Amino acid sequence: MLKRLIYSREGVLSIIVLAMFFGVGVISPDFISLSNSVSIFNDTSILIMLALGQMLVILTRCIDLSVAANVAFTGMFVAMVNQYFPELSMALLIFLSLFIGALLGAINGLFVWLLKVPSIVITLGTMSIYRGATFLLSDGAWVNSHQMSESFIGLPRYEILSIPVLGWMAVAAIILFFWAMKFSVWGRNFYAAGGNPMAAFYSGVNVGKVQFYAFLVSGTLSGLCGYLWVSRFAVAYVDVANGFELQVIAACVIGGVSIVGGLGTVVGCVIGALFIGVVNNALPIIGVSPFWQMAISGLVIIIAVIANATSGKDKARIILRNPNANDEIRAN
Amino acid sequence: MNNAIFSLKKVSKVFPGVKALDGVDLHLYPGQVTALVGENGAGKSTLVKTMTGIYQPDGGEIIFNGKPVQFHSPHDSHALGITAIHQETVLFDDLTVAENIFLGNYPLTKRFSIDWAAMETRSQEILSSINAHMDPNQILRELSIGQKHMVGIARALSVDAKVVILDEPTAALSHHEIHELYELVNTLKSQGKAILFITHKFDEIFTLADRYTVFRDGSFVGEGFIKDTNESQLVEMMVARSIEATYPKKDVAIGETLLEVSNLCHTTEFANISFSLKKGEILGVYGLVGSGRTEVMQALFGTTDHVTGSVKMNGKEVIIHSPKEAIDNGIVYVPEERQKQGIVLELPIYQNVSLPQMERLAKHGQIDQESEMALARQYCERLQVKASCWDEKVMNLSGGNQQKVVIAKWLATNPKVIILDEPTKGIDIGSKAAVHEFMSELVDSGLSVIMVSSELPEILGMSDRILVMNEGLIVGELSRADATPEKVVSLATGGSVTC
Amino acid sequence: MDTTIKKSATPDSMFTSKLQGLLRWESFLVLIVFLVCVMNSYLSPYFLDPWNLSDATFNFTEKALIALPMAMLIIAKEIDISVAAIISLSSTLMGLVAQMGAPVYAVAFVGILVGAACGLFNGVLVTRFKIPSIVVTIGTMSLFRGISYILLGDQVVRDYPDGFEFFGQGYVYWVFSFELVLFAFFALVFYWLLHRTTFGRYTYAIGNNPTASYYSGIKVDKHRLILFTLVGVMSGVASVLLTSRLGSTRPSIAMGWELSIITMVVLGGVSILGGSGTIAGVVLAVILMGLVTFGMGLLNIPGIVMTIIVGVMLITVVSLPVLITLYKNKKAKAL
Repeated sequence: MLKRLIYSREGVLSIIVLAMFFGVGVISPDFISLSNSVSIFNDTSILIMLALGQMLVILTRCIDLSVAANVAFTGMFVAMVNQYFPELSMALLIFLSLFIGALLGAINGLFVWLLKVPSIVITLGTMSIYRGATFLLSDGAWVNSHQMSESFIGLPRYEILSIPVLGWMAVAAIILFFWAMKFSVWGRNFYAAGGNPMAAFYSGVNVGKVQFYAFLVSGTLSGLCGYLWVSRFAVAYVDVANGFELQVIAACVIGGVSIVGGLGTVVGCVIGALFIGVVNNALPIIGVSPFWQMAISGLVIIIAVIANATSGKDKARIILRNPNANDEIRAN
Repeated sequence: MNNAIFSLKKVSKVFPGVKALDGVDLHLYPGQVTALVGENGAGKSTLVKTMTGIYQPDGGEIIFNGKPVQFHSPHDSHALGITAIHQETVLFDDLTVAENIFLGNYPLTKRFSIDWAAMETRSQEILSSINAHMDPNQILRELSIGQKHMVGIARALSVDAKVVILDEPTAALSHHEIHELYELVNTLKSQGKAILFITHKFDEIFTLADRYTVFRDGSFVGEGFIKDTNESQLVEMMVARSIEATYPKKDVAIGETLLEVSNLCHTTEFANISFSLKKGEILGVYGLVGSGRTEVMQALFGTTDHVTGSVKMNGKEVIIHSPKEAIDNGIVYVPEERQKQGIVLELPIYQNVSLPQMERLAKHGQIDQESEMALARQYCERLQVKASCWDEKVMNLSGGNQQKVVIAKWLATNPKVIILDEPTKGIDIGSKAAVHEFMSELVDSGLSVIMVSSELPEILGMSDRILVMNEGLIVGELSRADATPEKVVSLATGGSVTC
Repeated sequence: MDTTIKKSATPDSMFTSKLQGLLRWESFLVLIVFLVCVMNSYLSPYFLDPWNLSDATFNFTEKALIALPMAMLIIAKEIDISVAAIISLSSTLMGLVAQMGAPVYAVAFVGILVGAACGLFNGVLVTRFKIPSIVVTIGTMSLFRGISYILLGDQVVRDYPDGFEFFGQGYVYWVFSFELVLFAFFALVFYWLLHRTTFGRYTYAIGNNPTASYYSGIKVDKHRLILFTLVGVMSGVASVLLTSRLGSTRPSIAMGWELSIITMVVLGGVSILGGSGTIAGVVLAVILMGLVTFGMGLLNIPGIVMTIIVGVMLITVVSLPVLITLYKNKKAKAL
């Protein structure tokens, strides 16, 4: 059992992430201190949540390129609401961010579900529409920290047991996803719909609807992350999270979510995101210019998919009863 | 006659260009096995899909327990206890055995959370009740075809079924497994379930079934009790003519050895394949689905990696690592999966015919449409492809005509050896006879043919010599005179010839 | 055989199918292009000025050069979203050799060579490891641009040799810029390649059914490799033009261009699922997008609004045919 765990993809990945983490710790002991570990996790929280949403989408053989644009739009929207109505309660604002995110996700999902249009085209389109809409909404202006209310900025920073609320949200998302993807029929349907859509249909699973749910969840999480992003960096502008969708997809791919659908775990996905988080945090510490970050994540994606492609090979069906039948016959 | 639990009345299903079901009737009775008999293309698979809610009928009535019902999705029919073991395994390769059995019908704790432990124990129970010994936690991808089939059966039994449909369940099973399946069917019968058994094999019909229903070309032909009928009567209903006339085998002078294959091996798919093929010969290769016959042919055609052994053409060793090299050496392959491997449906007929030899037809890399068209015209007319024009898309043709286009494509390359893998699968009776007739013509004109088939009459009717394969090995070679249905089947299912 | 009856055999082709061809997507595009022209000239008196029109071509020729091979790649059921990153890397390396004092043609040559190498790299990953091209190029997109960032950081290179500016700013004759002439030339080359050669035929065959193509003796992987390299080469060419036009290089050059390029291709009637599309359609789509951008520029509409319009066009173009079939089916059922 232990052996199986170590040889599994998640096992190998965790070992790599831990090795990197402690490796940097050798150079700079501060890096592996508890408070820095919490801060790395906190830094990675948004990536983790978006990657979990993206995982659902990729499981159903789709892709959502519009997540970062959704983050930007929703972030700008709630920031402006906060700017003009600072007395509105935070609960309402969070609900608003979830709702707007869900709405944008549902638009993607409806096209995929009802019109069966390839998701890459739809989300490529909505990616630029949502980003452009952010510009129209704000007229290109920024919402700066002094225009935001104290609680708007303070909420994700509020610490419970010395972990900020932002981090707790990621923890909650991980637990919720872990349970849903393992123990709810709703969650298992993502695996069925992506693993073999025809067989899923034969089993009474509505594949299009499952895809819609995937986009809905991805959108809802993007909406939440829109608020979190704007609040965390205390600024909202059109180019917020530009290109971040690639990091999100990278986290999934590194975590072993198969781009052809049906394969991927919550744990893998989280470790994939942490991998990126650790690399991003470690670079300045080991004295590498942050300009290396992009190339490294690109290289890691490529290595991860090559590893995936080669490890899964030759598990083809076996007709010969005994693979050594060859030799037996020769011996006769 | 009124106690049928499940009836179809005048059910029709139309696809673009084809009337797959034309007002058919079918009745299933509790505690009885009804055999559905019909040739390929008679509409059996469409019927199964209509009964399980995958297709919605265009006309007619479905009656369950005396009440008319409508299935909008597979879920609806599943809910009524109608369950099917489909011909092609519709399972999930990346999920565990247990989950494959219960997907769509998970056991829940407090109607809320999937109960994995219960799923595992219940899978274990169902699997051992059908004598399939495997770990419920194994990933399906790691299983053999036969084992996957058992998972499919376990899946059908996991619900409290009232109607069980078995669509050619024995096609991929070994001799031993078939007998276990027979026992299983008898158990289900004694539990009062209504069973629809679809098969090609007459011995199965007469061993298992109580009733029969015959379809031909999407229409209902007749029904009755098995005890009141016999094999020749059923055959006559199926094909509406005597079976001898179907195989127009000509006597052709057989020449020198053309192709010699020795010791062809593959790590997992087949081993020690040695045979030869003479000029003007039709070599039949028989084996069950999954016996490795297609894999051997694809290795000869260069599409399989990691193959060892030698292939000689006219005594000279040839090396074939890609279809291109096979074609250059005069070996061509008409695949079983015609639409997937044989033809580009979206391209016009003439472009499909010219595809393997575009470079020869082109002038300085530029396509010469005139000569392409001439080539297509010549070979399609020879094969009597029925189309409104030669630049019609292949997808608009019937299955039989599509197959003719594939053959035309290969004949146009002037091959020496033509491998036909299930050449008449899924095509109508008329085209079938035409393909057989053409095969005779081919060998007459000096070609050699390897014909892979799981249809026994076809193998016996057309071959000069028969190779039988089982589990990746050649287990016997029979001459035309020696071959009997019993010998061939016995070899193919792991028995030995006693003669 | 009854050869006498065979005289009246099947015709090679039917006139009606050719007639249907006229009612295709391309004809619709021509109509739209015409309408936009009329609208633009109505909205602004400056529109029909030849120099204005010529200026307008600069905003699409570079992208359009990549759209041509991209159309072939998408027809062959693959995609390359790393093209903008290839432009960046190619531009960066051109900048570096220019700083070392390389002459004009050496700089351009390096640009194209880098493009070819990047394309080849994508192709090798896709064919050798059988990885879906979308994942490969998401990875190389970060990698290529990432290398640019490593090499340049936040620097800007401006030291290009004299004469280099011709590629992106020069005119061949009257209002016809070098970029425009080059695009016209390559449009003809790719038209010939896709519609007149065996290479083009193989592209369609592979895009519709890679397995059957392989079983017909086509070297599918080699073909894909060539297509990826071709996209790389043309990205290199586009990079030379863009760098020359801007006269400077920074790592963020051509950010987001992959979206406009893929939109051009899809708008041109190429199926994103592969197997169908024409060069004529892509050229028309390119012109259409150029005109719309130009018209909006005349009306002082900010550039980012254009991205909304591009996005809406993209979605409309792929959804419309589906909606029409759905509507037709519904109507057929109602009857």
